[in-house]
Amino acid sequence: MPHDHHDHLSPSGHPFRKDNDEPLTYWQTMEIAIRELLIEKGVTTASEIARQVDAMDARNPAMGASVVARYWTDPDFAAALLEDASAATRQMGFDIGPMKLIALPNTPMLHDMVVCTLCSCYPRNLLGLPPDWYKSRAYRSRTVKEPRKTLEEFGVTTSKEVEIRVHDSTADMRYIVIPNRPVGTDSWQADRLAGLVTRDSMIGTGLPAHP
Amino acid sequence: MTKSPSFDGRRWHDMGGELAGPIPDDQHDFAIWEKRVDALMTIASNKGHFTVDGLRRVLEDMGEDAFETMTYCERWIAAVNQNLIEAGVYSTAALATKMAQVEARGATYGEATDAPG
Amino acid sequence: MHRVRVRDYMPPGHVRTPAYLRGKTGTIERTLGPFPNPEVRAYGHTGDPLPLHRVRFTMSEIWGPAAERPDDTLEAEIYAHWLEPADAT
Repeated sequence: MPHDHHDHLSPSGHPFRKDNDEPLTYWQTMEIAIRELLIEKGVTTASEIARQVDAMDARNPAMGASVVARYWTDPDFAAALLEDASAATRQMGFDIGPMKLIALPNTPMLHDMVVCTLCSCYPRNLLGLPPDWYKSRAYRSRTVKEPRKTLEEFGVTTSKEVEIRVHDSTADMRYIVIPNRPVGTDSWQADRLAGLVTRDSMIGTGLPAHP
Repeated sequence: MTKSPSFDGRRWHDMGGELAGPIPDDQHDFAIWEKRVDALMTIASNKGHFTVDGLRRVLEDMGEDAFETMTYCERWIAAVNQNLIEAGVYSTAALATKMAQVEARGATYGEATDAPG
Repeated sequence: MHRVRVRDYMPPGHVRTPAYLRGKTGTIERTLGPFPNPEVRAYGHTGDPLPLHRVRFTMSEIWGPAAERPDDTLEAEIYAHWLEPADAT
């Protein structure tokens, strides 16, 4: 065994994995205990838990990006998405569970952005788990009062001509921003366009990539 | 964060409009135990043992100190546990016994968890 | 559009109306729901279904002269029992 790999092996000899081989914490102990109790009580099964982990892992910003790209390229879908974003997203084949989604289309004169000041509500069943900054005190506190300064920190420059509209996710709805379609992409198909749609552009703290 | 001299009823988690520093840009990948916390939360709430409102109520009642000192998933497993005990799914005594058994299995998460990992 | 004021209450316990909007006046952008009252569900009871309104505020209404741009806007979902007609005293 090459010496230079020595540091990457756990005491039990398998390759070191940070999330398995660091010292057990109190809260990890609690998670294992609860999981086993729920299985023993018949509330769930190990395979159901594994499937749920896989289902959540499969949700990621690329799902939202394909929704945005279809909005840009399919007027009927765009109308359906504005009418009922949950139904339109499910019709594309995405399993978003019971999530109630609203699509927020930006325009050249309007920029939408999303925050949850009370906790950290996020369209997780479409975009996956939220980035850490979305859950931070700074983002939750400042966005509703100084959205423009907040956007600047994300590298988004806003014109005073453009209205900023902040959406505080206070209750049952979740939101996805539909960013403006980048100029110079008129001949592009949806698949290629989806590659330009960043996670942050669907939260409203970013813009799509340049073509 | 400044507090008014006399308490006005505003609770710690109600952060909109407060002063706060720069948005942090550090990001961590979710560990397997964190993904399981999320899965347990989703499964148990889908099966009607608690609501997300009940989880939020506990997270709020845990207070600001918990927000500052515990990670996101640590707070969530604590809230899941509190709700499951309130719902009568298991008792505190059953949890205590199980946690002691888990802890006795080994010093790392990988050794202590039964599930293949 | 229907103008409403958010009730300026400060109860303890679990509520979903942010403090920074209490006492502020806005317009109902659309009505959603009904959804069960989270203030009741949070304590393990069945919440009565309530209309949920998306209310739009101007930043100048919320923050006064401290607003970055007075006619920027903010929307939040507010349960019906937290709203009163804007002409109420």
